Amino acid sequence: MSMTLAEKIIAKAAGQESVRAGEIVTCNVDLAMIHDSGGPRRVKPVLERLGVKVWDAKKVVVISDHFVPAVDQQSAAILKLTRDWVKDQEIEGFYDQQGICHVVLPERGHLKPGMFVVGGDSHSPTGGAFGCYMFGVGATDMAGVLVTGETWIRVPETIRIDWSGTLPRGSSAKDMMLKLCATLGMDGGDYQAVEYTGSTIAGLSMTERMTMSNMAAELGAQAGLIAADGTTADYIRVAGANPDEGTAFAGDEDAAYRMVHKFDASALGPQIAAPDSPANSGPVEDADDAPVDQCYIGACTGAKLEDLHMAAEVLGGRKVASGTRLLLAPASTRVTAAAAADGTLAKLTEAGAILMPSGCGACAGYGAGVLAEGETCMASTARNFKGRMGARSSKVYLGSPYTVAATAVLGRVADPRPFLAENKS
Amino acid sequence: MSGKAWKYGDNVDTDLLAPGAYMKGPVEELAKHCLEAIDLEFAPNVQPGDVIVAGRNFGIGSSREQAAEVLVLLGVKAVIAKSFGGIFYRNAFNLGLLALVADAGADIQAGHELDLDPASGTITNTTTGAQIAAEPVPEHLRRIVAAGGLVPYLEQKLEKHS
Repeated sequence: MSMTLAEKIIAKAAGQESVRAGEIVTCNVDLAMIHDSGGPRRVKPVLERLGVKVWDAKKVVVISDHFVPAVDQQSAAILKLTRDWVKDQEIEGFYDQQGICHVVLPERGHLKPGMFVVGGDSHSPTGGAFGCYMFGVGATDMAGVLVTGETWIRVPETIRIDWSGTLPRGSSAKDMMLKLCATLGMDGGDYQAVEYTGSTIAGLSMTERMTMSNMAAELGAQAGLIAADGTTADYIRVAGANPDEGTAFAGDEDAAYRMVHKFDASALGPQIAAPDSPANSGPVEDADDAPVDQCYIGACTGAKLEDLHMAAEVLGGRKVASGTRLLLAPASTRVTAAAAADGTLAKLTEAGAILMPSGCGACAGYGAGVLAEGETCMASTARNFKGRMGARSSKVYLGSPYTVAATAVLGRVADPRPFLAENKS
Repeated sequence: MSGKAWKYGDNVDTDLLAPGAYMKGPVEELAKHCLEAIDLEFAPNVQPGDVIVAGRNFGIGSSREQAAEVLVLLGVKAVIAKSFGGIFYRNAFNLGLLALVADAGADIQAGHELDLDPASGTITNTTTGAQIAAEPVPEHLRRIVAAGGLVPYLEQKLEKHS
């Protein structure tokens, strides 16, 4: 029977020959990932009430990334509770302040193709870039997973999004996603599976694929899948794991897809989301050139090594405009180390970037770098909901790391392409 | 089950319901800031039994289940929306909040009194007399809501068996 990529992974997790979209099945969870905010502090009371421990400590990964580093007694207590619980549960897969969960999880070799993974965070679709079925749940659902090792799922339909052509210079996966948000809307994914296919996707690096899968959340999809290939296997090997332990499924061409959208990457210029929604996106040419108080290169979406490379291409040899500040929070400590080793970090800090700890931080208004009333920010993050990054009257624009860097140089919303062209000449 | 309507538009997100700045504190404190970025009147004035009526994609965004929990703490009995964010929808029932799918915006204004029958999927606007059809809520989900959420529901079930 023909099946989509999503159906094949779910069938395996459900222990069935096949599954069909619409069917409700119970799946064995290969891996559960939780963080300091929605994790131990929320699930510990439930497990205690039920008088049980986690079903399999080897299949649980805990990553402290939301309230890091501690800034007051509340955040310090949450981080300590997380450490104590991990010890008590004998969980070895614990990363304390090493970076953002969606980036750390694959970086440390926890994801292999074909896995069925549940994450306690809405950007969990990021794992779909590795050919895993990974999706986000709330803490009560997660407690159920941690107790039983299972969860139920309604097998999703698959919305295929086919990208062909090569991205022009100055455009990136982030621009592709903002284009999709504007075209399909924040409920265009309808809590189904999105699968990205086509020559553009095949040519993207793993980190760019992660950006695609990550922002499936902004399409309202449950998962954002990309079939594993040689690029995936290479990344997993570098991460110190064996890709052959996974199963690289591919969707059947004649499987039942709800719809197939086709997009041309070769015609895509930089996109900007105006406040207060990622769906409020359009070409940079149509954006107003609003002055910005802060630029932010951070988050699971926009602060991986390649994102820093993009920013450095624009910022190298230039300076952040006076009256504007550029905050840089690399997505993980490994990203910081790699950027330091290859010279990227120096380019950014010489331009005036202020280096911050790796964590969710300002993106969700949790940590350092939040906005005051009336302030405006241009960010490489995934969401610009009203008040998300700070005060209720603050405004956030979204763009690629190229665009954030160009905006930092000019102090107002800017197109990165003139800078890149200048570099060549 | 009746209550007064609070009306909002499309894409009411989890950052509006449970603002990040208050996420590390007690959920009772977080509840005081629910929806404040779009409506300063809501949290101080919402009454037990009140109902939120919204448009498409209610609860889009984060997986933080406090977005549903604060509504329960404030006494909100149900959210009626044209559609829900997928994670929020599961969280709502898990935390004991009734989520009703209905296109009710045209027939309900803020302050209208509503009567809800989730079993049949009937919303009665007792202010205007209008009846609005919602998707009926299956019995097992109504039981979870009645118990106050999935965990108390499971506890009740386990007690019965022991």
